[in-house]
Amino acid sequence: MRSWPSLFLAVSALAFPLGGEAQDVKKGEEIYGRCAGCHSLAHDRVGPKHCDLIGRKAGAVPGFDYSGAMKRSGIVWNEKTLDRFLANPPKAVPGTTMTYAGVSDPRDRADLIAYLKTATCPAR
Amino acid sequence: MSFLMGRRMFVGTLSGAAVALLAGRDVLAAKSGGSKAGDIQILNTALAAELEAIAAYQVGAESGLLQKPVLDLAVQFQGHHKEHADVLASTIRKLGGKPVASKAKYSFPVEGLKSQADVLRFAGSLEKGAVSAYLGAVPLFQNRDLSKAAASILGDEAMHWAVLRQAVGENPVPSAFVA
Repeated sequence: MRSWPSLFLAVSALAFPLGGEAQDVKKGEEIYGRCAGCHSLAHDRVGPKHCDLIGRKAGAVPGFDYSGAMKRSGIVWNEKTLDRFLANPPKAVPGTTMTYAGVSDPRDRADLIAYLKTATCPAR
Repeated sequence: MSFLMGRRMFVGTLSGAAVALLAGRDVLAAKSGGSKAGDIQILNTALAAELEAIAAYQVGAESGLLQKPVLDLAVQFQGHHKEHADVLASTIRKLGGKPVASKAKYSFPVEGLKSQADVLRFAGSLEKGAVSAYLGAVPLFQNRDLSKAAASILGDEAMHWAVLRQAVGENPVPSAFVA
């Protein structure tokens, strides 16, 4: 099993891949700091963990107490669904417990999503 | 110098309806209007985060890594979060909702906390996130008095974040705006 520090190193390495995209991921990591009141990559907190988010069905982290609205949303997280949700979570999924107005700047959302795409969970 | 903003001063910054909630004047608070269910959910999400912050500061205080006077400061900040949690829970009850309870267990990255600076940076990251969370919640309240009350808490969290940054030698106020 990979430890959390090794996961961090993996994410950090992916944060500096190639050309212009690298800056986006780094900016996205900085923007992710806004999420740190409720979320982390590795652990469920007030909100669910974010590692391995891309491709995950919304409301599907085992053991996390989601709202009924999120569980029923039918969303599968990808760039498009994340962009729509992060722009205005309560509007995208009425009844979500993520009572946050959203990330209004499209560029910030793109950078944030680019960062989230790099976050993989440690192998079990 | 005391970093503690006393309860009397905190209450003094709030509007009439918010003060009514804090002071137990249920009827006046109930007349504040708006979508109570939505506001209760926002308050409960904030309460869950405050309860986690209390637990996080407890981990820091018991880590053995904090030296006085930093330890005293952490305990003081934890006390602020307890005050926030008390106010949020009582307001939820007065609006007819059920406050969330503390989790039996919280997951924190304790394996990465090896020094006082690590603990302070971890606490700072939570405070920064809390500022953003409240900033994202303020415009959602139907009851604008609750927005004002949440903004008051936001200001307190921002002061925590600044002091924690200063304590590890970082620029305490790195920009003109928070996001």
